[in-house]
Amino acid sequence: MLNLLGDFIGELRAAGIPISMSEHVDSAKAMEVIDLSDRSLVKNSLAATLVKDGDHMPVFNTAFEVFFSTRSWDAASEFMDDVDTDEMQREGAAGATGPGQSRGEGGGASSSLSAQELAELLFRALRDGDREALRLAADESVTRYAGMEPGRPVGGTYYLYRTLRNLDLENLEQRLTQGSSDDDQLAQRLAREEARARIEVLKAEIERVIRERLVEDRGSEALAKSVRKPLPEDLDVMHANRDEMAQLERALRPLSRKLAVRLARRRRRRRRGPVDLRHTVRRSLSTGGVPIDLRFKPPHPAKPEIFVIADISGSVASFARFTLHLVHAISSQFSKVRSFVFVDGLDEVTQLFEGVDDPAETVARINVEADVIAFDGHSDYGRALLSFHDRFAKDVTRRSTILILGDARNNYHQAHAEVIADLKYRAKAVYWLNPEPTAYWNSGDSIVNQYAPYCEKVIECRTLRQLEQFVGELA
Amino acid sequence: MTALDPREELAKRLGLDEIPPVRFDSTKDVLKRLADHDYLSDDAIASVCFLADRLAKPVLVEGPAGTGKTALARAVADAVGARLIRLQCYEGLDDSKALYEWNYRKQLLRIQAGRPEGDGTEDWEQLEEDIFGEEFLLTRPLLEAITATDPVVLLIDEVDRVELETEALLLEILSEYQVSIPELGTVRAKQIPMVFLTSNNTRELSEALKRRCLYLYIGYPSVERERDIILSRVPGITTTLAEQIAQVVRSLRTLDLKKAPSVAETLDWARTLVVLGRSEIGDEDAAETLHILLKYQTDIERATKELLGRSKTGA
Repeated sequence: MLNLLGDFIGELRAAGIPISMSEHVDSAKAMEVIDLSDRSLVKNSLAATLVKDGDHMPVFNTAFEVFFSTRSWDAASEFMDDVDTDEMQREGAAGATGPGQSRGEGGGASSSLSAQELAELLFRALRDGDREALRLAADESVTRYAGMEPGRPVGGTYYLYRTLRNLDLENLEQRLTQGSSDDDQLAQRLAREEARARIEVLKAEIERVIRERLVEDRGSEALAKSVRKPLPEDLDVMHANRDEMAQLERALRPLSRKLAVRLARRRRRRRRGPVDLRHTVRRSLSTGGVPIDLRFKPPHPAKPEIFVIADISGSVASFARFTLHLVHAISSQFSKVRSFVFVDGLDEVTQLFEGVDDPAETVARINVEADVIAFDGHSDYGRALLSFHDRFAKDVTRRSTILILGDARNNYHQAHAEVIADLKYRAKAVYWLNPEPTAYWNSGDSIVNQYAPYCEKVIECRTLRQLEQFVGELA
Repeated sequence: MTALDPREELAKRLGLDEIPPVRFDSTKDVLKRLADHDYLSDDAIASVCFLADRLAKPVLVEGPAGTGKTALARAVADAVGARLIRLQCYEGLDDSKALYEWNYRKQLLRIQAGRPEGDGTEDWEQLEEDIFGEEFLLTRPLLEAITATDPVVLLIDEVDRVELETEALLLEILSEYQVSIPELGTVRAKQIPMVFLTSNNTRELSEALKRRCLYLYIGYPSVERERDIILSRVPGITTTLAEQIAQVVRSLRTLDLKKAPSVAETLDWARTLVVLGRSEIGDEDAAETLHILLKYQTDIERATKELLGRSKTGA
């Protein structure tokens, strides 16, 4: 058990969850005081001692499924039986030598199902919320449709896709909703959502079955590596797929809120103001006129002024969206935030954010409403910067900090680095945030190097974690 | 060589005469006894409570507002028959409000009262010993929980509201169950209290704090659990209605709202519908009573539009 626990913790650490030595010890202690045959208790205990952040739970769950799969959990004899019947089913399905008669001999009742019967079984299991039947049906569907090939180093996404495609979930969902023919809007919606929720349960079940079989095939550690996913804050913003994007969006909101709270507190606490005589004397009344408890006036440190200039051409658009969102979400921490977006033309979008509670909505509108394309719609940093300089340079003062977001892929246009040089002279600081990995800088048409000498710093900013850190230091 | 049971080890370190009895037999026991006190837990909650007792470690409970974090501590206190001591955290909380404070006023009085007696040269050593005695100590929640001799459950509520530096003051009590007072020495716990900390996640808590605690995340309950909660807390409600309410609330929580309805608001809504004498929810009822669940006008508008397919009702 201790070895298994060690391996498991190794995997969690590899996935990015920070686990200290003392937490490792705690989890081992927990294993000593609980009933190890209760799988869910083991899972909850490990989660309570090892994972200290709600956002890390999905990663933990996946790793747990892989390392402590249900099958390896069951008593050894049952385990063997299970595999045996499975083996037979698989052979029955694959080696159809005789004309259609070998299938029925498989032994288990479930293996004799036809495609319709399987669909019916699934439907009934879903409709009645029958967990046991659902498990059986999921198992059978995987056997039938996934077409798993032993030894292939995959994470199972493809098997999942193949199984689901064959099950015709849309039809299932429709049948599940049919029961209520109410014309009440609300009732209809509820029925639809209930059906969808149940289908999700089925999907999760099928995924679990596939994982289990993969574990049997390749062992926990090998599989863990294939199914490992980065934590939301470590996702690469530029290359996120749609699911990951949704994850990022979800992570951004609490992140910006936390950042705002932290900055506000830091500002208030950083230095105390002068002694507040009136308040101190009032307090001293309760100690007989002795001023034991000094009171201070709250401090008023100056807030910085921010200019954000963001490239929103296709390649880096999502990164710009996140940064704009984050900066505006904490705009109360700055005395002023002005935002500009460009592709080959430049437009100010500050007014779009005004009077809006939720920056996410505005960010979505920018792409449509901002007038950023002057010529061919390929990024032209030189032209955009010139345009900024012409129109807005007079507003840049010693209190302004300028952030430029983009990969500096200039499509071989002129760089006009002298603009940055002048801005640096006028402003407090110029920062360049580059969403590309450092290794790619200055390759191809990327000209970060030409701008870099005039910037305070050029920062690689690929993940939310990096972004948060930078913005936190800025305020 | 077998390792000492964590409780035994702690009892020995605190110098207790006997190891306090365990509070729960099994997770089933936790589930049942919490349910007896009107708190419907689930597997994860029960497991962590069980573990907290066996390992004698504090529990850090996180999750959205209104999912029953504070209620859990209260229910556990009721279930084990202990007194609940609550420390409400806020920005600016310091050791004089959380741990202990010397009663300056009383000390001053004592010094002044001492003067006229005799020739006015009262023995200073004696006086000093006197005014730094326990008589002049104001115990605050943390010290109170430590010094209590009866069973207590300590609840440190909304710990994310205190500053990072103030968090450090909790560390000694959380890992060692003791408090050091410079003038008096170290005060050790007379028993092993159960400790719950809650956080609304407005900021990241320090690693040091997290490391010392078991972690429990209480999210919004599943439809089944929410239905059961409604059934147990709202008298006179039918199962169909409870189920429907739970489904509507789940539906609302998937929308992108400023503030998703909490369990407490769900219960309010259920009570309202019962008072109105409804046995199921139609479009009209929903439209008229949504404001109980949602607290922002924009949220209400969005929900009406999404759920009922209309842009805006008269109100």
